[in-house]
Amino acid sequence: MKVRDFKIRSNTKLNDRNHLLKITSVDNEPLPEMYPGQFVQILVANSPQVFLRRPISINFVVKEDNEIWLLIQRVGEGSNKICALSAGETVNIIFPLGSSFSLPDEKGNFLLIGGGVGTAPLLFLGKMMREKEFEPDFLLGGRSENDILQRPDFELFGTVYSTTEDGSLGEKGFVTQHSILQKKKYDFIYTCGPKPMMVAVARYAKENGITCEVSLENLMACGFGACLCCIEKTVRGNVCACTEGPVFNINELTWLD
Amino acid sequence: MARLDVRIGNLQLKNPVMTASGTFGYGTEYSDFIDLGRLGGVFVKGTTLEPRQGNDYPRMAETPSGMLNSVGLQNKGVDYFVEHLYPIIKDYDTHMIVNVSGSTVEDYVACAEKLADLEKMPAIELNISCPNVKEGGMAFGTSCKSAAQVTREVRKVFPKTMIVKLSPNVTDITEIARAVEAEGADAVSLVNTFLGMALDVESRSPKLSTITGGLSGPCIKPIAVRMVWQVYQAVRVPIIGMGGICTWQDAIEFILAGSTAIQVGTFNFVDPEASVKIVEGIDAYLDRHKIASVEDLVGQINYV
Repeated sequence: MKVRDFKIRSNTKLNDRNHLLKITSVDNEPLPEMYPGQFVQILVANSPQVFLRRPISINFVVKEDNEIWLLIQRVGEGSNKICALSAGETVNIIFPLGSSFSLPDEKGNFLLIGGGVGTAPLLFLGKMMREKEFEPDFLLGGRSENDILQRPDFELFGTVYSTTEDGSLGEKGFVTQHSILQKKKYDFIYTCGPKPMMVAVARYAKENGITCEVSLENLMACGFGACLCCIEKTVRGNVCACTEGPVFNINELTWLD
Repeated sequence: MARLDVRIGNLQLKNPVMTASGTFGYGTEYSDFIDLGRLGGVFVKGTTLEPRQGNDYPRMAETPSGMLNSVGLQNKGVDYFVEHLYPIIKDYDTHMIVNVSGSTVEDYVACAEKLADLEKMPAIELNISCPNVKEGGMAFGTSCKSAAQVTREVRKVFPKTMIVKLSPNVTDITEIARAVEAEGADAVSLVNTFLGMALDVESRSPKLSTITGGLSGPCIKPIAVRMVWQVYQAVRVPIIGMGGICTWQDAIEFILAGSTAIQVGTFNFVDPEASVKIVEGIDAYLDRHKIASVEDLVGQINYV
């Protein structure tokens, strides 16, 4: 873990609510190893009322360019400030934080299910899986076409399926209703998104004997295990989602009890 | 170079900057960020006789310039601490001080007894001010009688430096400070968090599982400075001041108000390097003002 200033290389508005920030280490300091599922804590500068950092998952890493991508949804004053940053400005982050998705040991069928901005860590995971010669499928869900983010980027790493609640892209409905789940038998599901979606995915996985990892977004203050605010109830008792997670195997959680 | 060392009870601190219990884990959580040896001391997470799972999620709500928490003293208990954590932290080059909490006087006493035997634990901080537990905690710190009683009983079994951490959720904090001083506290630390509450207006529900929680961060600083100033005039034992300290200027403010040492608390979450920056800032301030020792600054408000 380090605290470092990064320079904003670009800030792209993806839709009304989401921005993609590409940041690079100042002075070209080489990036440490980072893994999909890990996150950073961004300082919200020049906004004295916003006290805490904002945890943002790592969307993608371009190691050779010392570049990290962060997908940020505007939900309040803090994220609005971050999304208002321009190329050339600096941003202070603590990174890399948390656990990562586990990469498979052997060939199989892998499905990466994301909802809304929760698709963020799955792009990096997809890339890592492709580098290890796995062939992941992606299932991206949203309210409408506009909410499905970075689809062309996902297509670089595997087959992309979609569901939208209004039917404007892919199949109409929720991710757990997509027909691919009937057609193909998966061995491993990785998911990140709104909690009701992840619970539904976890239930589907459990009922069908599929290994499943979820990435949580619990409210947190520090991000490195000091404040004990982001706890998740597990079979081992209360643990910090920031250090023991944010990625958990569903068998560790008590969601389906 | 000004002298930064200060004395609290039998402890000689290398500088007045310490970190507040519940914001700094066991120190190990911060060892990637700073050299713990540069701090005057580290107050480790609130420890109880029995293990505690703490309160349900959500335990945190951000508020303007601060946060509410209701962690509820999640910890693995004093025996776990003695067996598994003490061996890891005992050789850090700073004073490691355990914050002790309990539901009954007997809990405090039993916990303190176990800690008294640890060679490299030179002090404890009695937490009679946690607002997030159903029994004990703040209940002890809000009446002179119970604050005095717990201090008196722990004093009998704990011969080393005993610091008592005061609650701000009282009508007159000076009365409590005097009561614990009279029972043998070597120092008082103040303030713990303010009891607060926040609601989500869309769902109309409390933001914390416990409904109320403890408010900390820069939003409480002026009230904390005022309380330190009041207590400074009421007791002779040294004061460890805290409440929203983020910068060296904040630290100097608390020292001027009467603190011999200070604790950096919630801001550790935002800038894990803050405590060390504050040490450097105090040092530079003393040099700039040609003040020989930080102890010469304690309580030295220029009223003009």
